[in-house]
Amino acid sequence: MRSPLLRILLAALLGAVIVVILSIKLNTFRDYQIAEIAIYVTAIAGLTVLTGLSGQISLGNGAFMAIGGYTAALLLAHLSWPFIVVLLIAGLAAAATGAIVGVAAARLHGPYLAGVTLMLGVALPFLAYVYPATLGGDQGLNVVYSTPAFLGANFPPTRWQAWISSAVALVVLVLLANLGRSRVGRNWRAVRDDEVAAALAGVNVGRSRVLAFVVSAACAGLAGALLAIITALVAPGAFTITLSIALLTGAVIGGLGTLFGAIWGSLVIVLVPVYATDVATSHGLSTTVASNIPVAAYGVVLILVMLIFPQGIQGGVLWVLRLFGISAARPSRTASTPDAMPSAGETPARPHEKEGTQ
Amino acid sequence: MNRSRSQRLRVPAIAVLATAALALAACSSSSSSSSGSTTGSGASSTANAALTASAPGITATTITIGSHQPLTGPAAPGYSEIAPASAAYFAYVNANGGVNGRKIVYKYLDDAYNPTTTASVVRQLVLQDNVYAIFNGLGTPTHLAVESFLNAQKVPDVFVASGCDCWNEPTTAPETFGWQLDYITEGKILGQYIAKHFAGKKIGYFYQDDEFGMDGVKGLDYEIPKSMVVARQTYVPTNVNIGPAVAALHAAGAQVIVSFSIPAFTALLKLNTLKLGYSPTLVVSDVGSDPITLSGLLEAFAKQGGATVNGNQLTAGIITDGYLPTLGDASNSWIALFKKVHDQYDAKAPFDGNVLYGEAVAYTFVQAMLKAGRNPTRADLVNAINAGLPQGPMVAPFAYSSTNHLGVTGAYIGVINNGVLTQEGSVLTTDTTASGAITTVTATQQPAPTSGIPSP
Repeated sequence: MRSPLLRILLAALLGAVIVVILSIKLNTFRDYQIAEIAIYVTAIAGLTVLTGLSGQISLGNGAFMAIGGYTAALLLAHLSWPFIVVLLIAGLAAAATGAIVGVAAARLHGPYLAGVTLMLGVALPFLAYVYPATLGGDQGLNVVYSTPAFLGANFPPTRWQAWISSAVALVVLVLLANLGRSRVGRNWRAVRDDEVAAALAGVNVGRSRVLAFVVSAACAGLAGALLAIITALVAPGAFTITLSIALLTGAVIGGLGTLFGAIWGSLVIVLVPVYATDVATSHGLSTTVASNIPVAAYGVVLILVMLIFPQGIQGGVLWVLRLFGISAARPSRTASTPDAMPSAGETPARPHEKEGTQ
Repeated sequence: MNRSRSQRLRVPAIAVLATAALALAACSSSSSSSSGSTTGSGASSTANAALTASAPGITATTITIGSHQPLTGPAAPGYSEIAPASAAYFAYVNANGGVNGRKIVYKYLDDAYNPTTTASVVRQLVLQDNVYAIFNGLGTPTHLAVESFLNAQKVPDVFVASGCDCWNEPTTAPETFGWQLDYITEGKILGQYIAKHFAGKKIGYFYQDDEFGMDGVKGLDYEIPKSMVVARQTYVPTNVNIGPAVAALHAAGAQVIVSFSIPAFTALLKLNTLKLGYSPTLVVSDVGSDPITLSGLLEAFAKQGGATVNGNQLTAGIITDGYLPTLGDASNSWIALFKKVHDQYDAKAPFDGNVLYGEAVAYTFVQAMLKAGRNPTRADLVNAINAGLPQGPMVAPFAYSSTNHLGVTGAYIGVINNGVLTQEGSVLTTDTTASGAITTVTATQQPAPTSGIPSP
């Protein structure tokens, strides 16, 4: 278990086994939720790398998801290419857009960067209204994707969707984990912590920042393509600014900059509203109250997590593990960035601590 | 050493999130009402066969149906009253013996008018809650997200709350049925009235830039000569700045504006014309013309702008159409029935067009369930509707057959005065083709049953 690559691959394999077991044991709606969670994991993992590692904020990753989704929808509708090719092209299309946005964004910081990406998130879905003949306007495009024949006619489509979404999520997580440990990841952290120092050390700051945008957009594009497939539809209403904000919420709740955090954040985003709705409707509350409880629950979870675990849920998990004397698996890149690991739970006392990846 | 950037970023990130949460809360529903089904007397019917669990969602004592509705978000004001009103009518039916002794359990979930959420909540209803049917799912883009899923699962998808003619695809979507007047038919009926009553005047179109507005315009263009139309302006529901569009209509000299708009944009249109000192005659689609909703919106918008207006004064003279009896007609037995049910089960909501809609569509559903038989399968419900339904509270007959899944086929022209819609002329009916003639409905509407519950 010395090799970090081996450890990451084993973790991914474990994740795959868990997904397969859950998808078979649980009902078909749970399969759909697994697919939803996996899609959010893919998108949030990309965002958490952008924000947590390279230190750039994005309020527009929903727009990159839209690009991936529409690319997949158009390819599936007009060309009968294999699914995996469609998925890759959707990711590439979003990555290309990410590169363009990144070039502009690399010059901006903080609220200005947030403003530009917010504009992207708000404006881009409107292209569907501008080109209704191609992009279907408000009602969007139907996405036809059927379960492969070798699984048999009675195989639940949602289980297959859970599998492919989870497979993509796990591949993305493995790639990002390695990227974070590589020279690229070190450059991102260096640029995040001090641009001048990074530049003096020979890091190309601009290129490093643009690359983070490209990676983040590619992840969002893959997520968007998968979302199009599981919901069988792409429409501008699916990619509103609310989605972009939900992604950021997920990243922050889970623990900004940590890939495990992306998983926690996705679980919260997908499961809390469903659970809150069930609780609200089963207690005979009035419609007005009941329908607003999921939104309120979301807010309460966000506030609580921030108050109790400023490092997000992953920070809390590490803190609990520490309490029980289990030192969390030490990332091998500690060698290059000795203080990159957040010592969970102690952040307020040690303001100079940096966040790292997990 | 510095604090890391991600830590510094977290402050703006949280601020942004907090603001977004507030915005979401502010957009949320404004109505209030009771929900769910209530338990009643449980009087069992005296018919012969024992009640069985004949289909998913049907037990010996209950029928569980589901829906997706915009209970929060931008489409919630007004539209969030519909599902509670349907639930109120079901509660009334349940309290009076139910459907063949079974009580209707109506589970409607919030999709905030977001197609992705619709896809998720409808899968929850079908795959986890095992509903018998999806009833009155609201919205064109939202419902399109689940139409193929519901048809693949063979779940009856009845009485979609949208006038898109896309629900009328009996071969590819045999489970899906529309209910309300489709926008093409509505456009034809309004268009004929305009061509006849405003001959020689300049007409301007103002419409929502999607299937709703474009279908309406399609119908209008079948009836209004192209030479009369001097301007065509559109809006998108997310951009409230319609000033330039109204100025263009004004500049083109339009004396009559036909508006296929949702209520908020009908109100904005009116206020923008006032600002320009421009007073065209307004002709507005049924979905955007409920006088009570409009009046409230007009007063609220004017207040935001620092002015005080009388909503009812501003809606006076708006020409529209209706496919349900007019709300103000207290002598109409349907209005009396729905008012009674509303007062008993949904009194907190205003008795407006949305509530009338919700109760009427629930009535049609009960009628279809009774026709589907004592122990219905899912296919039985679809077959029952394909065999045709009595028009019930609608002013014109339904078109239902195995080759037509559109809903009601006609409407009357009405004029708003003092916040009340008054019918003008007789009920008209037509189809969605360019050549289909517009004819008068001669048969008089049957009164509501005294029990308030349809007979099989």
